[in-house]
Amino acid sequence: MEQKENNNLVVSVSPHINSGRSTRGVMLDVIIALCPALIAGTVIFGWRSLLVVAVCVASCLAGEALFSLITKRKQTVGDLSAIVTGMILGLNLPASIGVFPAVVGSLFAIIVVKCLFGGLGKNIANPAAAARVFMLLAFSNAMGSVAAVKVVPDTVASPTPLALFKTGELASLPKLTDMLLGLRGGAIGETCAIALLIGFVYLMIRKVISWHTPVVYIGTVFLLSWLIYKDAGLALYQVLSGGLLIGAIFMATDYVTTPTSNLGKAVFGLGCALLTVLIRKFGSYPEGVSFSILLMNLLSNYIDKLTRRKPLGEVKA
Amino acid sequence: MSKKFFDPLSGVHVPHRKNTAGMEPVRMPPPKSVVIPTVMHIGAPAKPIVKAGDKVEVGQLIAESGGFISAPIHASVSGTVKKVEDIVLSNGRNAPAVFIESDGEMRPYSGITKPEINSLSDLAEAVRASGIVGLGGAGFPTSVKLAIKDIDQAEYFLINGAECEPYITSDTRTMLDFTDLVERGVRRISEFLKPKAVYIGIENNKPKSIAKLKRRFEDDPHIIVKALPPVYPQGGEKVLIYNTVGRVVPEGKLPLDVGVIIMNVTTLANIENYIETGMPLVEKIITVDGSAVREPKNIIAPIGTRIRDIIDFCGGFMEEPGKLLYGGPMMGIAMPDLDAPVLKNTNALLAFNKKDSEVPEETPCIRCGNCVNHCPMRLNPPAIAKAFNMGDGAALYKQRVNLCMECGACAFVCPAHQRIVQRHKLAKVMLRNWQNSQKGDKA
Repeated sequence: MEQKENNNLVVSVSPHINSGRSTRGVMLDVIIALCPALIAGTVIFGWRSLLVVAVCVASCLAGEALFSLITKRKQTVGDLSAIVTGMILGLNLPASIGVFPAVVGSLFAIIVVKCLFGGLGKNIANPAAAARVFMLLAFSNAMGSVAAVKVVPDTVASPTPLALFKTGELASLPKLTDMLLGLRGGAIGETCAIALLIGFVYLMIRKVISWHTPVVYIGTVFLLSWLIYKDAGLALYQVLSGGLLIGAIFMATDYVTTPTSNLGKAVFGLGCALLTVLIRKFGSYPEGVSFSILLMNLLSNYIDKLTRRKPLGEVKA
Repeated sequence: MSKKFFDPLSGVHVPHRKNTAGMEPVRMPPPKSVVIPTVMHIGAPAKPIVKAGDKVEVGQLIAESGGFISAPIHASVSGTVKKVEDIVLSNGRNAPAVFIESDGEMRPYSGITKPEINSLSDLAEAVRASGIVGLGGAGFPTSVKLAIKDIDQAEYFLINGAECEPYITSDTRTMLDFTDLVERGVRRISEFLKPKAVYIGIENNKPKSIAKLKRRFEDDPHIIVKALPPVYPQGGEKVLIYNTVGRVVPEGKLPLDVGVIIMNVTTLANIENYIETGMPLVEKIITVDGSAVREPKNIIAPIGTRIRDIIDFCGGFMEEPGKLLYGGPMMGIAMPDLDAPVLKNTNALLAFNKKDSEVPEETPCIRCGNCVNHCPMRLNPPAIAKAFNMGDGAALYKQRVNLCMECGACAFVCPAHQRIVQRHKLAKVMLRNWQNSQKGDKA
């Protein structure tokens, strides 16, 4: 007033404190939650698993860095989201995949699905799910081959449980304990249910995700499979097979491409479950988790609109 | 009642940091000078009636109420008016302020008389003359709330002692140190309002205040001291009404429209004080705290005391301050100037060191939904952001950004550190402009 000195006081809008959480912190939590699955995959399918995931992570990071460089945008690799995409994609690939398809898939995920749509927060589809579907189409043979379980000596590659469901060879299904431990054919990170559930619990404790999507998704798949196969045991196999757990816990809970409200998240999980069961039962592919998540991603915006909560005290004009 | 059980409001768990809860307020020695703005309330500015050279005493009227929604202003020290001059307020607008040089004697105004109160309208008139405004922070002239035409309208009388903002303990201290005033005030006003029930809502992180008031009102089953979970913003007017009597205040309506009169506990104590002594609102309990303050404490300071004088009374700065706040860290206003005065509705003065004042970098929204799932008003900040960025007034109306009370719960939980409150403030203006243009089209 009378005299003014330069006091350098910060003037900013309220609130002046925050919960301490950052985008980077959230991504770091997801990376930590994925580690049990990565370790389990490496134990089950051998060191090559680690190589595949490393290639995917490196390609995603390099892809995003290059894109930012070429388009003269702010460098964003520091938010760690590219690492999450790389890890999830890598864990969704068979350990036997070649380096070339892994690199191409990763670049597709990061550049086409994420960066071209405007980067983190703007993409419509889940990069890892979209890239997995792209690779299923582009590298059908490499994606379809099943790596042998390395941890148990003298095993040969056997069809995945879902392939057995398709051909009706239910008698050849692995033991339930093997399903829980992940000792069955499949992608690197999708087989070990225990590792994935540890990740789920971690994300829940850290409040990174809410229970709504995974519980509704997995629960509905279980109930519908029970209805279809009229056997709770077989329904449990359906839950533990394919990419359902990794999809429901890590891909259907991706913030950017799923609804924001808790009710919306539950609806999203329900839709994913319906599509997954339909594809598994009637589709030409044995597995439908990635397809389902991708299709539901497109509906997220509408689910958000349909599940809008009535503001407190709203009066319709 | 069942409504609030099955459909509870969201909120956030903020750190309490009630470091000063155990500190009885200390009266500050009279400052050398005070600056009393004519705008310390919502509504029309008060009109100054003094000029340079006038002698004034504590409690003497220096600016009269500027309309129905306005409040008169009184001298907070005895001394000489130096000048009446425009100052810049915390909202960036200019308003006249009365500068008074204190004679250090704090002589009460000789014309002070106790009001005579025989009816509700007498009470409203007395509150009007006392200059009391909503001291919880909003600054809404309290007399307007009491201007009730139909006495049966007031079914519930709510006292807001939630004090949900971190750091602030001025209401806590009012309840503990001025319990008699609170008790007599509750009983007196209840006599005129004749409500079905009186609720005193206090967050359960203030067990002493709860216990003390519960004992005082043991005899009257209609006066209920209600311990509330410490979920921010428990003290938000609409939130407290919902959580105590289970009613929803519709948009554009006042609490009275759903049968509720709600008042902050310090406001109530000041009304009772005015009724008993005739001394208008001239001083305030203020919590002084924050990482840059050497001796955090609760103080009683004359309104208009400069921030600088208060900080000096609290041992000065321990470190160079990075940010200075009127009010708590959730809704408080950052002040650029140590010479700014404390106002009627200032309940805390916080000063943070450089480190605590850092503003985190804003990164893109990742649609995590934290803001959506924590908004007590059930608004959708991402949808509001979209409408705002497109300049779409109709969409902003559909999202009811006008209902946002700017509590900051959304921004507190945002991992991208988006300036959601700022956006909502701007979106409200955009919505108002759009609504005005719609009216223009129809006319």
